[in-house]
Amino acid sequence: MSDAVSPMNGATFEGFVTVSDTGPRGMITLRGAPEELARMAKALGPDLPEPLSMTAKGPVTLAWMSPDELMVLCDYDAAPGLAGKAEAAVAGAHALVAVVSDARAIYRLDGPDAADVLRKLTPARLDGAQVGTIRRTRLAQSAGAFWMTGPGLFEVMCFRSEGQYVWTLLCNAARPGSELNL
Amino acid sequence: MSHRIEGKGRLIDRSKTLRYTFNGKPMTGYAGDTLASALMGAGQMVMGRSFKYHRPRGAVASGVEEPNALMGIGEGGRFEPNQRATTTALFDGLSAKTQNHWPTLEFDIGAVNDLGARFLPAGFYYKTFMFPRVAWKHLFEPFIRQSAGLGAVPKEPDADRYEYAYHHTDVLVIGGGVAGLAAARAAAAGGASVTVLEQTPHWGGRAPVDGGEIDGTDPDAWVKSAVEELEKAENVTLRLNCMGAGVYDHGFVLGYERVADTTPGDDRPRHRLWRIRARQIVTATGAIERPLSFPGNDLPGVMLASAVRDYVENWGVAPGKRALIVTNNDDAYLTALSLHAAKVEVAGIVDVRPTLTGPLAERARKAGIRLMTGKALAGVKGRSGVKAALVTDLAGKGTGEAIECDTIAMSGGWSPVVHLWSHCGGKLLWDEGEALFKPDPERPPLGADGQGFVATAGAASGALGLAEALADAHEAGRRAAKAAGGTLTRKAAPKANETERQPLKPVWIMPAGAGPEKRMKMWLDYQNDVKVSDVQLAAREGYQSVEHAKRYTTLGMATDQGKLSNINGLAVLSDALGQPIPQTGTTTFRPPYTPISMGAIAGEARGELFQSIRRTPMHAIHDAAGAVWEPVGHWRRPFCFSEAGESDEEAVNREILNTRENVGMLDASTLGKILVKGPDAGKFLDMLYTNMMSTIPVGKCRYGLMCSENGFVSDDGVVVRLAEDTWLCHTTTGGADRIHGHMEDWLQCEWWDWKVYTASLTEEYAQVAVAGPKARKVLEALGGMDVSKEAMPFMTWADGTLADIPARVYRISFTGELSYEIAVPANRGAELWEKVREAGAAHGIQPYGTEAMHIMRAEKGFIMIGDETDGTVIPQDLDMSWVISKKKEDYLGKRAQQRPDMAREDRWRLVGLETLDGSVIPDGAYAVGEGLNDKGQRNMIGRVTSTYYSPTLKKGIAMGLIERGPERLGEVVDFATLDGTGTVIKARLRGTCFYDEEGAKADV
Repeated sequence: MSDAVSPMNGATFEGFVTVSDTGPRGMITLRGAPEELARMAKALGPDLPEPLSMTAKGPVTLAWMSPDELMVLCDYDAAPGLAGKAEAAVAGAHALVAVVSDARAIYRLDGPDAADVLRKLTPARLDGAQVGTIRRTRLAQSAGAFWMTGPGLFEVMCFRSEGQYVWTLLCNAARPGSELNL
Repeated sequence: MSHRIEGKGRLIDRSKTLRYTFNGKPMTGYAGDTLASALMGAGQMVMGRSFKYHRPRGAVASGVEEPNALMGIGEGGRFEPNQRATTTALFDGLSAKTQNHWPTLEFDIGAVNDLGARFLPAGFYYKTFMFPRVAWKHLFEPFIRQSAGLGAVPKEPDADRYEYAYHHTDVLVIGGGVAGLAAARAAAAGGASVTVLEQTPHWGGRAPVDGGEIDGTDPDAWVKSAVEELEKAENVTLRLNCMGAGVYDHGFVLGYERVADTTPGDDRPRHRLWRIRARQIVTATGAIERPLSFPGNDLPGVMLASAVRDYVENWGVAPGKRALIVTNNDDAYLTALSLHAAKVEVAGIVDVRPTLTGPLAERARKAGIRLMTGKALAGVKGRSGVKAALVTDLAGKGTGEAIECDTIAMSGGWSPVVHLWSHCGGKLLWDEGEALFKPDPERPPLGADGQGFVATAGAASGALGLAEALADAHEAGRRAAKAAGGTLTRKAAPKANETERQPLKPVWIMPAGAGPEKRMKMWLDYQNDVKVSDVQLAAREGYQSVEHAKRYTTLGMATDQGKLSNINGLAVLSDALGQPIPQTGTTTFRPPYTPISMGAIAGEARGELFQSIRRTPMHAIHDAAGAVWEPVGHWRRPFCFSEAGESDEEAVNREILNTRENVGMLDASTLGKILVKGPDAGKFLDMLYTNMMSTIPVGKCRYGLMCSENGFVSDDGVVVRLAEDTWLCHTTTGGADRIHGHMEDWLQCEWWDWKVYTASLTEEYAQVAVAGPKARKVLEALGGMDVSKEAMPFMTWADGTLADIPARVYRISFTGELSYEIAVPANRGAELWEKVREAGAAHGIQPYGTEAMHIMRAEKGFIMIGDETDGTVIPQDLDMSWVISKKKEDYLGKRAQQRPDMAREDRWRLVGLETLDGSVIPDGAYAVGEGLNDKGQRNMIGRVTSTYYSPTLKKGIAMGLIERGPERLGEVVDFATLDGTGTVIKARLRGTCFYDEEGAKADV
């Protein structure tokens, strides 16, 4: 049992979609050349993700961040152990592994019009969004990322210090009556 | 008098009465009315006063081009000035107020300007209020500003909310008239995703009013079926009440959607600003009818012929009982026939063309309407409304028959709405036959690929006939789909039948021989009161450029941007300059097409969403503890923690003394923390910092200074050696993102072959500084780590578990006291803060804020980036040569620091300052030397950079940059006071450290 407290501490907002704080999540930054990233991915389970995509195996997800960076998403308490596994996989090679579970917040958007909430905040294209892709983008004035986890289901990531701003943004964009009706 | 008529009004629902107020008076209208149609239906023709002469004005148009009927709509937090009554949809509870008059709309004292109209010609203000120069600022401008101006400024914060929406589409069609719908159908059939924006609440534009036949049916029925078809299509998005406001590079378009204008207070966003990316844009924006310039053409009751038709057909409103038509083309005949069918008397049609050959003229003749050919209007009788019109020969000077009427419907031809085509550089052609500027399809706005990304459709292309317009629009839609990656549809264009039209005869002023008296009464620009005489005067005074003439005369300025006046104005200017119209050209078309609300531009960014405020994990605790907040970058940090009845200054002093005597705690979470790892990391950091970082032993910390390539101090902080190939660099709060970017810039662009990776851990850790003589006792009370001097000496760090929280503890000090900085995972930061507080309670721990931190570091003589540095200061100026490595071959800034100006001996350099009387030097004060400079000011020899009252030392302390400062320690210099008395404060130069110079307190 962890004592970690995420910025919005599990809050929920009911708008035309439901916005909820998913609580602490394990996150690990992996940096390295493609070979090293592949070795770390193999050690952690999921396939090496293609650009702009995500791969998962069991409770471990890998998200493509840039040509030399991946992010691991996992259970909060599992992060240090998985980081150790990744480090071991590239022992002696040039790579960087850092647990960053506390640096970001992840919120969930749930509802048939979940994409509309994002459409109000990000210039990234939502049409044709599908499970298994990730976009790093901007949410109004904040840096952020989002990915689809199922029909009408998105997860939205932002930096912890901007967690309250992004939470307020998402709830405001989800206020009833402001559906885009595209 | 204007009135409702039976049997007409395709857009209104007479079974639904809406109540509103006009200048406080209760009024009624129907669902579907605009404010203008409702007012006219109730007999109210006068809707405002003009800008300069305060002449009474009525609606001249029925849409966005309306220059006159501007009103203040709403009350309090929902008041908005300058709203066009013609585009304001009526709703229950609407409140409208007319503008630009005092005391009342009917009796306006400002109308005396009208009597002196001959004394207010173009450029009047420029010529009259030139001398004396000072009078402009203090006398003329305040007076003119008071008497001029449209509308009132809202006095309360906007009560509504707004938002953005981002949208991507292959083809964006702007305009939902028949041309827009035809273009959308063709583009959709080509497989493209299509979005259609229509600024009004109705599809179909003016075709249903103007008649004709499309695909064997009337336009209304065709529009209905076309919209149904588009609604069903998966790849089409339709948007009413959404104006295409501007076209920008790369297919970016702003759409302005009026979501909740008619339902104030329903919690929906009032307006939504669509930020659209389109591969191809089709502007099907139609055309705007032009007024005719005849004397008295601005009286209420003089209207565009098309507008008169709109009011009759769309809203069942006639502007008067007896209408006279004046025209140079066939379109106005439709108005005559429409009025006639609605049983409104038509006094006659005045047509400038000498012979009439078209079928429309024949229909009018058969209807028994009097036709007067080769004629013009030479004047209008009436003061606040039309009483009669004077009909004369077109070529004449202006005497003739007076015809009684209360409405004059005029048509001077049509101008395609080329605004959106032109926003991004689309060029225009002059069409001699139709006398209009139309888009030149050979010179469209070009995208990044060098190909056009905007096309026009229908009347916006200059295709004014129905059949021609639909064919043009269909083709534009087809080609847009293809250009956007779809295919060229084989579907046929809609087929239209329409009445044949006789060509127009361009007439820019009437009668042709009008003298100065008459030309002074021919309005070109209603909104700005610019007349034919003003433009002619500008030409005589040497204004040749249309852009200059616009600004000199104000033609085409203000909220309507000359939608009615531009073409007539530049035709008059061309005539006065004796050159053809295309040579004069148009003024620049700039977005937005019509004004959009400031709220829509701001979007959601107001109140708590105004800015992304960054908060530490302990933010809520600080807030509850009475933190006085200070912005630091985007962060908010506690400036101090005021206790009940305490001033901020008292709180700061208490926090400092408590830290010096007992122990204090500071939320240091905002400091930048950048992980730097790799075989070349040490080499990299040696280049970034002025001192050696590669030699820090694992387990130790070192202070470092970072410079830009130009040698100036950029950032500072403590660097920690975590492992053989890993360092953690602390940066300033405001510098965290910038320095991370700086590192990546050098790694990616210059030293791309160096093996170094960085990662920002700023947000990963919450950090608490515990400082003061009793700091060790507090950490011991937290328990879990050996924090003794032996186990953890000054400038070292250790990992462990403190109070059951995984922690990294640094023995570093920014206060000069025994000090630990504890970093824990951010999700446990609040827990750590509370635990430190509890553990420290027995030792008198108190939180301190940034101001106490600033003063304590100043007492120690530590620099602060942004106080001691301002982008022009090099490390040598700061007397910090101890932090500049002599051993290193190179570091960023080294070479720049050897430039002559940097190596100059008389640079201002950092010293401590101690006032002789113990007072505090004002912040920002300059040290003044002997003599005066060429401006008669005292010569300056330095400035104060940090100045505080030190509660520890009970006197003012300061640091400053002083010419040759360190060489002059012991000397006394004068600091000019800022109160204008010319007095000085005397201060002695000394070393920068005021407290515990040997550093014994931190190293215990």
